[in-house]
Amino acid sequence: MGRLNVSLCGVELENPVIPASGTFGYGYEFAELYDINCLGTFSFKGTTRSPRFGNPAPRIAEGCDGMLNAVGLQNPGVDAVIRQELPKLSQVFRKPVMANVSGFSLDEYAEVCEKLDREAQVGWLEVNISCPNVHGGGMSFGTDPVLAGEVTRTVKAVTKKPVIMKLSPNVTDIAAIARSCEEAGADGISLINTLMGMRIDLRKRRPVLANTTGGLSGPAVFPVALRMVWQVYETVNIPIVGLGGVSSAEDVVEMMLAGATAVEVGAANLIDPLASKKIIDELPLVLDRYGINNIKDIIGGAHG
Amino acid sequence: MRQGIFTVRENRALNARYNLLALEGDSTGFTAPGQFADILVPGFYLRRPFAVCDWEDDFFTLVYECVGNGTRRLKTLGAGTELDVLTGLGNGYTLEGAGESPLLVGGGCGVGSLYGLAKQMLRQGLTPRVILGFPRREEITLLEDYIALGLSPTVTTADGSFGVRGLVTDAMDIPHSSVYACGPEPMLRAVALMSPAGGQLSFDARMGCGFGACMGCTRQTVNGPRRVCKDGPVFRKEEILWED
Repeated sequence: MGRLNVSLCGVELENPVIPASGTFGYGYEFAELYDINCLGTFSFKGTTRSPRFGNPAPRIAEGCDGMLNAVGLQNPGVDAVIRQELPKLSQVFRKPVMANVSGFSLDEYAEVCEKLDREAQVGWLEVNISCPNVHGGGMSFGTDPVLAGEVTRTVKAVTKKPVIMKLSPNVTDIAAIARSCEEAGADGISLINTLMGMRIDLRKRRPVLANTTGGLSGPAVFPVALRMVWQVYETVNIPIVGLGGVSSAEDVVEMMLAGATAVEVGAANLIDPLASKKIIDELPLVLDRYGINNIKDIIGGAHG
Repeated sequence: MRQGIFTVRENRALNARYNLLALEGDSTGFTAPGQFADILVPGFYLRRPFAVCDWEDDFFTLVYECVGNGTRRLKTLGAGTELDVLTGLGNGYTLEGAGESPLLVGGGCGVGSLYGLAKQMLRQGLTPRVILGFPRREEITLLEDYIALGLSPTVTTADGSFGVRGLVTDAMDIPHSSVYACGPEPMLRAVALMSPAGGQLSFDARMGCGFGACMGCTRQTVNGPRRVCKDGPVFRKEEILWED
């Protein structure tokens, strides 16, 4: 077992680096550039019951050391994901993959998770209750501890795979949401999804994004993400997947010191398609620099 | 797709509106005209996509307009500046279906990506007819370059200060076997509706990644959602659903 090895909800990862949902498609674009089997795993594009086109264009805007997106959960729907995308994915990636699921009702979460539960290559279900781009559904589940717990219970009832609840940072008390998910049976917590933001086009005097608001990601959000991982680590006993602006091997170590068992890399993949591979390649050097033998020894290490 | 470090060879104004950027570095990632490069501009997070104009193995050029902070910063970069660039992105134009008498219609910056296509057609023994449209005489771009290829473009200017007064569609009464267009979307639509022939249209979009990962630039087509960056930027005329 290597020095980068970690265990996430009972499934072994060769290293803790996981490209985040929505920044890695189903892996093929990246597999053209490098062997993606070097990844711990990756979380594929958020999946809903029915196909979704997503929001109108423009969906993307520059942030400040970051970016805004309002893609709106574009995906072909769970049946097409299982029929078309997973077989192709298995051609380029042979490890357990993380299935990211979104929904607009408890029924939808249950149906999508039940279908993905039957797929052998799915190692974990990452349940997004935090997408800020969809009107009326996704946001409210993730901002209310009671509803977050209900989604967790609903999903746990239909799957034997580990369930990781992905939280929104657009709340006043992240720890309360995480606690509620843990009490409802969640096997892990991942955070943070994007922070809601917007930009205005000075020439048009209108919002840049057709959706008006979008989710901010990239290095700008890293300190916020780190703080929330820290707070959730102080609150729950289940593993945490930390994400939000992670762009380097040192960011990975910092996230793990705050309490993350594994770390997702998001926007960085879109700027540098080799970002996740470079981070994995650099991790041993960074461990040497800070006198760390095995990366799993530092999880939560910054807490007193 | 290739990632590489490129060095600015030349970065100059072509006229009051458009600029030419020439970058040195391994440009073998480009395999078709109409593909694009995605440039990391110092000080900005997202890359900026630009259609390739002309390329050899060790350099490529592009035509750009300063439309925001990113392109204004790009304009300030002098010769010798090193840039992180993704090359060979997107599908590009294909000569399949071009027929004997293809017509190339470019508007504004769009004349850049069609220049590479014109060169490729000439290499294949096809002589395209070319229409280049601009708002006014002072913004005419690459005309001498098309002429240097041995072509005789028809130029239109909206204010009538040069060539045919009006829009590119006012000069389209030329018999043609296919139409290739690059320019603002209203122009693409007008060209597509006016031409009875099949053709290919190159689209611009606000992109996140430029290589198909983020779904930021998707547009609806008759074949379902398609990513402008990966499935395009060139689409067959018949694939496009025009928004009202």
